[in-house]
Amino acid sequence: MMKKMLFHFLMLFGVWLLFTWTLEIPDVIAGVIVSLILAVLLNSIFDGEVTSLLNPVKLFWAIIYIPVFFYHMMVANLDVAYRVLNPGLPIKPGIVKVKTKLKSDLGKTTLANSITLTPGTLTVDIKGEYLYIHWINVLSDNVEEATKEIVDKFEKYIVRFYG
Amino acid sequence: MSELSTAAAVFISIGVAFDLIGGLGLIRLPDIYNRLQAATKCVTLGTCFILIGVLIQFGFTSIGVKAILCLAFILMTSPTAAHAISKGSHDFGIKLWEGSVVDKLAEDKSKE
Repeated sequence: MMKKMLFHFLMLFGVWLLFTWTLEIPDVIAGVIVSLILAVLLNSIFDGEVTSLLNPVKLFWAIIYIPVFFYHMMVANLDVAYRVLNPGLPIKPGIVKVKTKLKSDLGKTTLANSITLTPGTLTVDIKGEYLYIHWINVLSDNVEEATKEIVDKFEKYIVRFYG
Repeated sequence: MSELSTAAAVFISIGVAFDLIGGLGLIRLPDIYNRLQAATKCVTLGTCFILIGVLIQFGFTSIGVKAILCLAFILMTSPTAAHAISKGSHDFGIKLWEGSVVDKLAEDKSKE
């Protein structure tokens, strides 16, 4: 409980320091007060799942995930750019259903956001363990095959830090 | 302000090109879901490139660090907004483009 509040306080204060980018005493004191008020007031809203990143192994995998994600994002953008610029507009859109093994809300959110930012896929809805994905070039409407195509490449990393 | 360095200019140019493609996609693609694809992906990456260009130009000063923070916030908020818009449209009953091949969400909704 206290650990969670402290974690959020440090995060908010860190962002404050980066935004103001100064170490003058009045600014720092204002930052401490604002971060403290926010951390206490919003404590019931934050579910604290993000504190799992305090575990070094999990943090390591979260950092590994960033370049992996950026690689897929570059590929995704070139793919969409090709489809937009091609005069024939080679699209075959549809909404498919995929299944995720992730249990935590934060894990599902990370997965859904990653899917939205990568190859021609956009998360439309989440119901339980199923995600509904708008796919610009549907390769398969089968749940297992679509899962293999869209989810697996992210899930195997996310499962290591958000479960 | 100093002159624009070559590396920063290259990054900002790539960013502007991606933003342009995103804008083109917004006009060319047929329905709201496809348009969101172009609007979220290309524009997010384009804006990231522009912000990286700003970071290279100014280094780790007050401006450069703000660029990093904006980058992080854009990466978090842009897909969330796209998700909210697409879910809202689907719940509201906006149809997919007629060339779409499958709509599992509508199938599952009609079963309930």
